[in-house]
Amino acid sequence: MTTPATLDIRTVEPAPATPSGQSFWTKLGSAFAMFRNGKSIAGLVILGFFVLIAIFADVLAPFSPTAVNHTARFQPPSAEHWLGTTHIGEDVLSQVIHGTRGVIVVGFLAAIIATIIAIAVGVISGYLSGWKSEGLSALTNVFLVIPGLPLIIIVASMFDNPPLWVIAAVLGLIGWAWGARVLRAQTMSLRNRDFIQAARANGEPLRRIITIEMLPNLMALIAASFVGTVTAAILSLTTLSYIGVIPVTTYNWGTILNWASAQGAFQQNQWWWYLPPGLCIAAIGVALSLINFGIDEYVNPRLRSAGERARALRKQGLNANSAVTAVRPVTATSTPTKEDNQ
Amino acid sequence: MTAVQPQLIEPPAEDALEVGTTATAVKGRSRVPWRFLGSRALFYLFTLWAAITINFFLPRMMKGDAVSQYLARNRNVSPEAADALRALLGLDTDKSLFQQYLDYWSHLLRGDLGVSLLHGLRPVSEVISQALPWTLGLVGFATIISFAVGTIGGAVIGWRRGSRLDSLIPITTFLSTIPYFWLGLLAIAVFSVNLGWFPIGKAYGVGMRPEWSAEFIGQVIHHGTLPALTIVIASLGGWMLGMRNMMLTVLDEDYITVAQAKGLPNRTVLWRYAARNAVLPQIQSFALSLGFIVGGTIVMEMVFSYPGIGKLLLDATNAKDYALMQGVFLVITVSVLVANILADVAYAFLDPRTRQTEA
Repeated sequence: MTTPATLDIRTVEPAPATPSGQSFWTKLGSAFAMFRNGKSIAGLVILGFFVLIAIFADVLAPFSPTAVNHTARFQPPSAEHWLGTTHIGEDVLSQVIHGTRGVIVVGFLAAIIATIIAIAVGVISGYLSGWKSEGLSALTNVFLVIPGLPLIIIVASMFDNPPLWVIAAVLGLIGWAWGARVLRAQTMSLRNRDFIQAARANGEPLRRIITIEMLPNLMALIAASFVGTVTAAILSLTTLSYIGVIPVTTYNWGTILNWASAQGAFQQNQWWWYLPPGLCIAAIGVALSLINFGIDEYVNPRLRSAGERARALRKQGLNANSAVTAVRPVTATSTPTKEDNQ
Repeated sequence: MTAVQPQLIEPPAEDALEVGTTATAVKGRSRVPWRFLGSRALFYLFTLWAAITINFFLPRMMKGDAVSQYLARNRNVSPEAADALRALLGLDTDKSLFQQYLDYWSHLLRGDLGVSLLHGLRPVSEVISQALPWTLGLVGFATIISFAVGTIGGAVIGWRRGSRLDSLIPITTFLSTIPYFWLGLLAIAVFSVNLGWFPIGKAYGVGMRPEWSAEFIGQVIHHGTLPALTIVIASLGGWMLGMRNMMLTVLDEDYITVAQAKGLPNRTVLWRYAARNAVLPQIQSFALSLGFIVGGTIVMEMVFSYPGIGKLLLDATNAKDYALMQGVFLVITVSVLVANILADVAYAFLDPRTRQTEA
């Protein structure tokens, strides 16, 4: 027979195990808490829309993006071609739909690469100290200082016809430094907090301290730097495609604009050709900055509450910048009169 | 029952990896932050070395030989002349890579950036010094305007939080998420082609020669208005958002409450107390953005065919004019480094805390 002690352990242990099973989902939920506000959700919905278009591009596009039709050149939008046609009769809508794929793939792949490097370099250099930390920090600063776009232009011209993942890799390798710097600063401030000291005193291994104790506290910053890198990568990709530095065979929005500009669409007011791709880039940019606004307000609640408090005060006929009200929010329930507001 | 192993408790510390690396930061408390200054100087020297080394290797990694490209354009060059050209450009293959690297440094230290194949074998430094004033003048002016308007606007928006002015933030953010080249092309299509208010591209009219005359300066202003305006529109959002967010954080501080409780006029509290503290990060990013003036406007110069540094780099890359490409990249990197030093100095002057707590 087993001793009561082990029985005890066995009966006690499963009991916390069931809440921890449930709390896996609550934990997951709290890890994504920075997305749980109106702005972030709106941004995620727009982003999801474009991701769906990128996935189902083949089904959604009415024509092949490169189908030449010499009988229908420079046509304005019609029932057959919703967004008109190009100089050789290609369907602009199909090009925009297929172009989504390149933009989304490169944006996310570059951001994933950059974020992984940023986490590795930033967290490790923040947690360690001494020459290892300083060395990694110096590396980060070098990548911050070296100008990105000129370097990408020079590197991209090394390839004749680079595949999407090469572009994404180059953009990711150049764009990780800012995230690493922010993560390093935050890790350095976390390192001396009590719960980390306690984990260290418990003898938890470094791997566990970093993944279990630290990373959840860095999630908001990681998400923000991920979103920022996606934005930067998309803007860089479309800009480089527009400049013509990377002659990408698969269509993306920058390539369409390159053709439109080269064929004089801007001079001849062929708005159906140059407006949609640009508006799509702007829409993705807005979606991503909405997500970032949400994360900002989660990290720094003053950004949201300041405006709300001021509006609430104004409803009561008070001025947020008046000297008296600034020290009087406690008595705000007693419906202050106009005389108070001087 | 006995089959169940009571091993649900995890043994702690299976492998103690590097628990010992917990040395707390030691702070040297001297009046003059020599350690801080020294580490910054070391960092800048290291970055400069890294940038120059990258600069050295870039053309050697690229496909295609600059000289054979040049020969393809100019037929009547003898093979001996081609060899001489290779030697001139430091691209002769019979030298070891290390020897080439040393040669590159010795040329660089003498201020010799080589000759540009694209511009009829003129010295690179001469070609660059001709393009630099255009970029510095136009983009520098636009950056200062954008910084001033954005920061003052952000301070006012942050002060009048919760008012209708808040809606300016999403609008300017939207304008800064639009890809710049598209904004520029749209501006040309609307204001130059359709309305005819501004000329299309270039820094001055055809047939003009750069000189200090009223007519020429008028031309430059006329040609520069549209590029400058688009830069301001595209970059305003960042300044405004940054300043507004800092204002909201600062306005919650106790010293603001004290200042208001003392009965100071609102204007004093806004500009002398709140904005003065909120502007610190803005000034640092302003100094940093000065560095990107030189390199960050390649797209503007392409869209408006403006004869600046960025266009020089694009043309050099397309023509595989390595010496010019290296020279432009070096100028861009050095200007970013100088801007970083300026940012450090400005911050050390403005915020005494950095001198002590900078890690």
